[in-house]
Amino acid sequence: MSGVSNDDSHDHSQRYVISATNLTKKYGDFTAVDDISFHVPAGESFGLLGPNGAGKSTTMRMIGGVSQRTSGSLSIMGLDPEQHGPEVRAHLGVVPQQDNLDEELKVRDNLLVYGRYFGLPMSYLKPRADELLEFAQLTDKAKAKVDALSGGMKRRLTIARSLINEPSILLLDEPTTGLDPQARHILWDRLFRLKEAGTTLILTTHYMDEAEQLCDRLIVVDKGRIMAEGSPASLIREYSTREVLELRFGSERNATVGAELEGIGERLETLPDRVLVYAHDGEAALEQVHARGLHPLTSLVRRSSLEDVFLRLTGRSLVD
Amino acid sequence: MTEQAALTGTAAPGAPRRAHSPAVSAARARRWGAFYYAEQVLRVMKGYGWTIVMYGVGQPVAYLFAMGVGLATLVDTRGAAGFGGVSYLAFIAPALLISAAVMAAANEFTFPVMDGFKWRRVYYGPHASPLTPEQIAAGQIIAVTVRFLLQSAIYFAVVALFGASPSGWGWLSVPVATLAGLSFGLPLMAYAASIKNDKGQFAMVMRFIVMPLFLFSGTFFPLETLPLGVRWVGWISPIWHGTELGRMATYGYQEPPAVTAVHLLFLVALAVAGWILTKRQFAKRMGS
Repeated sequence: MSGVSNDDSHDHSQRYVISATNLTKKYGDFTAVDDISFHVPAGESFGLLGPNGAGKSTTMRMIGGVSQRTSGSLSIMGLDPEQHGPEVRAHLGVVPQQDNLDEELKVRDNLLVYGRYFGLPMSYLKPRADELLEFAQLTDKAKAKVDALSGGMKRRLTIARSLINEPSILLLDEPTTGLDPQARHILWDRLFRLKEAGTTLILTTHYMDEAEQLCDRLIVVDKGRIMAEGSPASLIREYSTREVLELRFGSERNATVGAELEGIGERLETLPDRVLVYAHDGEAALEQVHARGLHPLTSLVRRSSLEDVFLRLTGRSLVD
Repeated sequence: MTEQAALTGTAAPGAPRRAHSPAVSAARARRWGAFYYAEQVLRVMKGYGWTIVMYGVGQPVAYLFAMGVGLATLVDTRGAAGFGGVSYLAFIAPALLISAAVMAAANEFTFPVMDGFKWRRVYYGPHASPLTPEQIAAGQIIAVTVRFLLQSAIYFAVVALFGASPSGWGWLSVPVATLAGLSFGLPLMAYAASIKNDKGQFAMVMRFIVMPLFLFSGTFFPLETLPLGVRWVGWISPIWHGTELGRMATYGYQEPPAVTAVHLLFLVALAVAGWILTKRQFAKRMGS
């Protein structure tokens, strides 16, 4: 195993399993990833939160050693993925945004075949495949064809497949996009167990609840740049208030009522469908609204979320 | 119990690892990766194994009966002089054998490549493993080569049963057919890897390249009987070069050694050029 030449990165590679410094990726004139730096220690669950097109997947592909960076440095387990592609990829488990299972093979065979790419012997792979099917709650589907599985099952099979080589780092690109709520919760539970077992998770998502559930620390990315970095709780503390009062006055009035709400809470955000009042105490803010003679059609007090952080940082919502 | 095993098996730092180390995975993949991928393609092929066997058995039986037995009763009455002194059946048998491999190549190196890059994106699974794009391409080629060998061996067995391979060296037509399949298939694979959207290009290849090559490669009549203006189709056709070699193997067709060398060189050169271009396309498409 050889380190990277840069002294600074070498130092980082001792402490971090992933170390990106000034990482940039351009496609022609378009800059998909713009000078980002982050460092992930072993066992951490690290998230990239941002809307579609923020550069999350491109970053994941560079970490996964399947896309060449334009500039900057990147080290995975102390190795440069461009120089040591197979060595880096041997450490990783990868769950891509789009499932790319072998639809013509049976469920269990998908795991066996994938394990062979790592040169793993069948004597190891057969019991391992059974363990992973159990883990992915697919044991009774072992002999089914992949195209007979539901979306959630395919996703779990993809995750099982990514674990066949006992990876120390698991890359998850939008793991639950397109799944129904129940399937998402099953998946989160599985991922949470992996995290508890000490696997380093790197995940991209545009769902704030997913980021809050699974990430110890995350970066908020937009247009290829890092907007903020920290734990979900610290980001919410830093960029939002404790509570949010959501008011709906009807789509006609939402835009105009803003002026009348001025002074309530710490900050106002007017969206097409609702007005958000950021306040430490949401109920108290609502009382002030009523005291001014304003009567919203509906009102809701909730805790601040990463969605609010993102709105504050970019002026836009995450899912558009 | 098993679930616990699955979790501890995900290599928490310090947890016991039961798979070999990533360094071993990488070293094995660097060395054997192409064969690992070939194994996968062959497993998938097993799913349509019957098609391959039927292709190998059904097609020659049909063709040999129709052409070699039916049509031959008419052709052979005119004497065997026009066909190198052998029966019409023996004349066309090696040509059909070679053509079958080339037609299989037209299938194996087009749609599955599109499937790999676009339709079901099957290449991108192994791409995230220690395998390289070049190894994925090589693996597919190895698997298809196995298919050509198998299919041609079955085909040859049927030809021999029909008594259409008088020479003891006839079995050499099996590797020749495989080579012809690769020499046509690998440039086609490079082309298929460069296509972003299937707008019927592969159907065009079948209709406007494979069919004319099949008809005008000295398959059903010696190439020399064609007017010079059309004969070039045979000269650039892997089917013709393969068929001439096949005929030497199955019934001892005579030609100057230099010409034999040209046939071989032509087939090898086309296959090698196709391989280089394919490798380049795969690396470009999967590495950006």
